[in-house]
Order: sequence, then structure tokens, then C-alpha cells
Amino acid sequence: MSERKTTEKAAPGAAASETALRPNVEVYEDADGITLIADLPGVAPGGLNLQVDKETLLIEGNADLALPEGLQPLHAEVRSTTWRRSFALSGELDPDGIEARLKDGVLRLHIPKRAEVRPRRIEVRVT
Amino acid sequence: MFTYLTNGERSLFDEFDRLQREMDQLFGGWPRGAIRGGRAGAFPPINIGATDDAVHVYVYAPGFDASRFDVTIQQNVLSIGGSRAPEPREKRTWYLRERFEGDFRRAVTLPEDVDPERVEASYRNGILHLVIKRRAAVRPRQIPIA
Repeated sequence: MSERKTTEKAAPGAAASETALRPNVEVYEDADGITLIADLPGVAPGGLNLQVDKETLLIEGNADLALPEGLQPLHAEVRSTTWRRSFALSGELDPDGIEARLKDGVLRLHIPKRAEVRPRRIEVRVT
Repeated sequence: MFTYLTNGERSLFDEFDRLQREMDQLFGGWPRGAIRGGRAGAFPPINIGATDDAVHVYVYAPGFDASRFDVTIQQNVLSIGGSRAPEPREKRTWYLRERFEGDFRRAVTLPEDVDPERVEASYRNGILHLVIKRRAAVRPRQIPIA
């Protein structure tokens, strides 16, 4: 099947805030729908912004580091506190049924397929 | 430009990412030439900062079991290890697999005045935060002239 399920695209306003980091993700599909797992270290549930409409899924998170006063940077491999990535959804997915879970900085999203497009097992009777 | 997750195309942004990493490898890195300096893009990414009385290390390692981190310090060399189980692979069609899985170990050299006996570690929202106290600065001693 070569149907395109989710499409990644530049987030609205991405050019204006180029400091956002792009989270690493895993995306897989099974009979029920699409699952997306994103690494968002530092992001608490209150700092997560998920926006979904018919066509677009935007994942945005702000890491809350509570840095101590007077901290001088010695070495930085992560140079932003904002994570952002967005995906386009295709029509057979049901954005109203999205479930999201955020634990230890890992977001797990499940986007179900509409009931009418889920595969049905067809019994073959031997006559 | 669009990237279709489901057929493995790579966008222009990925190319920029790759270029950025290569630039970082060429010009970045700290401390320059240190034998334990590490390389850009190693997992997990680490930020280090210092206040007057402590060195703070932030290890960006989401989705780990905090009890299974292995953190050791010998003099001023900090070593951090951990393990993250892979996602099950069966009965699934995978479109993207960018997340780290398996075991990691990284070592970083800290400033020389850290006290290896006074280290605190906490894990919150996927970041391992280590606080290593520094020894009180050696104050210059005034020598009275008779």
C-alpha cells in the first residue's frame, strides 16, 4: 500500500522561531491506526501544546529546566528549550480520537483510523 | 517542501540539520581536543553549567527507568550509562525510527575543583540532573611583612 498516512511539513511560523528543536520520533502503523512516539526531554504536561485539525498535527513543547541562579554555561549540546514538529494527517485518520500520553519526557500519540477504513478480516468458507 | 513520513523521503530541513551537525563537529566541541570531549550528535546530549558552588550536568535522556542509570564519578571524570528498551517491532509498519534505543555510556570531564563525594542526582521529565558541589575556592593568603 503506497497511501500516504502522515506528512511532515514546516510548522506555521517555523521560520520566525528558528530556535525550536526537532524532536526525534518513531511512527508506526497497525490495524487500528498510527502511533507516534516523540522524545521531548524536559517537557512537563503543562508545557505541551498539541494542536490537531483535520489536516495538521502540531507538536510543541517547552522544556522547564528551572536553572539555578547565576548558572554559567560551560558546554551545551542542546541549545533551545522549545521542541516543535508538525505532520499532515491524511483523511482516513480520525483526529477526534487522538490519545496522548506524556511520561518522563516521551510523548505517545495514537491516531485511530476511522472505523470504516479499518481492515476487516474476511472469512473464507470452504464449500 | 513536504516530507512524507511513510515513504522515507528526506526534506531540505534534514539536509540543514545534517550540515549543522557537520559544522558543529568541525568547529564546536568542548573542551577542544579533550580526549573525552565526545562528538556532536552522541546520545544522550548533555549540557553543563557552573555556579560558584556547584557544577550542574543536564543529561537529555527521556523515557528511561531512573533506577537503572549508572552514574559514577572518579575525581573530575563523570561517567553516565543507561539503557532504553526498543519498541516492539512485530505486526507494525514502521515509517520513522529516529529515537535512540539500547545502551549508552558517556563520560565528561568536569572542572577540577569538583568534590566527587558530594553529588546529587534527580530525574524529572526525562532529564537527568546531576549537581556536583565544588570545593571552596582556595583563597589567596595575605602574607604580612614584618
